[in-house]
Amino acid sequence: MRLKKNIAISETGFIFNPSTGDSFTLNPIGIEILSFIENEKKYEEISDAILEKYDVDTITFEKNYYDFIQMLKNNHLLENE
Amino acid sequence: MVKPKYTIAVTGLNNTDNPGPGVPVIRGLRESDTFDVRIIGLAYENLEPGIYMPNTADKIYQIPYPSAGGEAFIKKIEYIHSCEKLDCIIPNFDAELYTFMKNEKKLAQMGIKTFLPSIKQFEERHKANLPSFGKKYNINVPKSIAVTNISDLSNINDKFDFPVLVKGKFYDAYIVYNLEQLQYNFNKIASKWGVPVIIQEYIQGTEVNVVALGDGKGNTIGAVPMRKQYITDKGKAWGGITLDDEKMLEITRNLIKKTRWRGGMELEMIKTEDNKYFMIEINPRIPAWVYLANGAGQNLPEALVNLAMGINVEPYKTYKTGIMFIRYSYDLIGNISQFEKLNINGEL
Repeated sequence: MRLKKNIAISETGFIFNPSTGDSFTLNPIGIEILSFIENEKKYEEISDAILEKYDVDTITFEKNYYDFIQMLKNNHLLENE
Repeated sequence: MVKPKYTIAVTGLNNTDNPGPGVPVIRGLRESDTFDVRIIGLAYENLEPGIYMPNTADKIYQIPYPSAGGEAFIKKIEYIHSCEKLDCIIPNFDAELYTFMKNEKKLAQMGIKTFLPSIKQFEERHKANLPSFGKKYNINVPKSIAVTNISDLSNINDKFDFPVLVKGKFYDAYIVYNLEQLQYNFNKIASKWGVPVIIQEYIQGTEVNVVALGDGKGNTIGAVPMRKQYITDKGKAWGGITLDDEKMLEITRNLIKKTRWRGGMELEMIKTEDNKYFMIEINPRIPAWVYLANGAGQNLPEALVNLAMGINVEPYKTYKTGIMFIRYSYDLIGNISQFEKLNINGEL
């Protein structure tokens, strides 16, 4: 899973898709997860890092993670695979 | 290098909530690196905001509507030319283009340059001719028909599913959801803009536009795609952003190449969820949002004037994406004496 090449993400969590003109804002955890995705980390690596750092259980994280990924897909931010 | 100074007449000074392209065209011309300008504003109405805006036109002349007849129109241009020695005219309204195109040679004999599409190019891209245009140039267009009589609408259900778009031949477009709304809007548009009225399939998607300039030999001198971010109740862009969309540029370059388009143009398209593009309109002139192209690095009004003057213009290769424009309203304070002068003398 990879972000589209031309997607611009600022340190503040502002995302701009120059193909569609859409822009989005991420909360801090969204920024963190997206930076893992940008660095091509696998789900297991992301999950381990988040579970270690935050007070969250596996099931809740998994559900929220895949919701977030679906949101990225729906907004055409991920490369088609 | 000493820059030449051109006297350029520009129409479309109606910077209202349904803005003409005159003021942004003038802004582009004033920012030209290759020439200086004296701007002659040509106004149809005496309350067009561009008449009174500072640093816009150096001189204003009122001109008769094209509907008053080509002769009256040309006579007035001749008079203005005798006073100002015009080098070039940039007409900015669809409704006046025909008069300018028809009189292109006459204007050229007077020494006034224009850079307009041919009458054939103008006619074939007309809204009423869009289906055959799409077929000829292999472009996706929504299904549409041109209707001249309201009685022809009674069997519309056989041809279209609601909602449909109902459009005037020059301006105005409404989405309608049933036959009653269709008939009501048909009458409204027909009484304002005449017939035919165009009934068009409604394509769900995002409206995206391109401003472009063709050199008349098949080359695209510049092109910038944009998405409207804020649309007024008249369907006009009140805010927009430049896009990185190679497909839109490819469609534009291809169209300009095949039609050998001469002059400015605006392509209006719908991009669907599955990334298909449908051409919904081709406007044969520079659009009112052209200053966004300047902001993105392409001064298309400047390039158009240079082409009109017979100067070789290198095509723009790039533009910046993520450049936005936002319109605003602003109260200009004037004096009744300005209004009086324009009303009495026809110039200001």
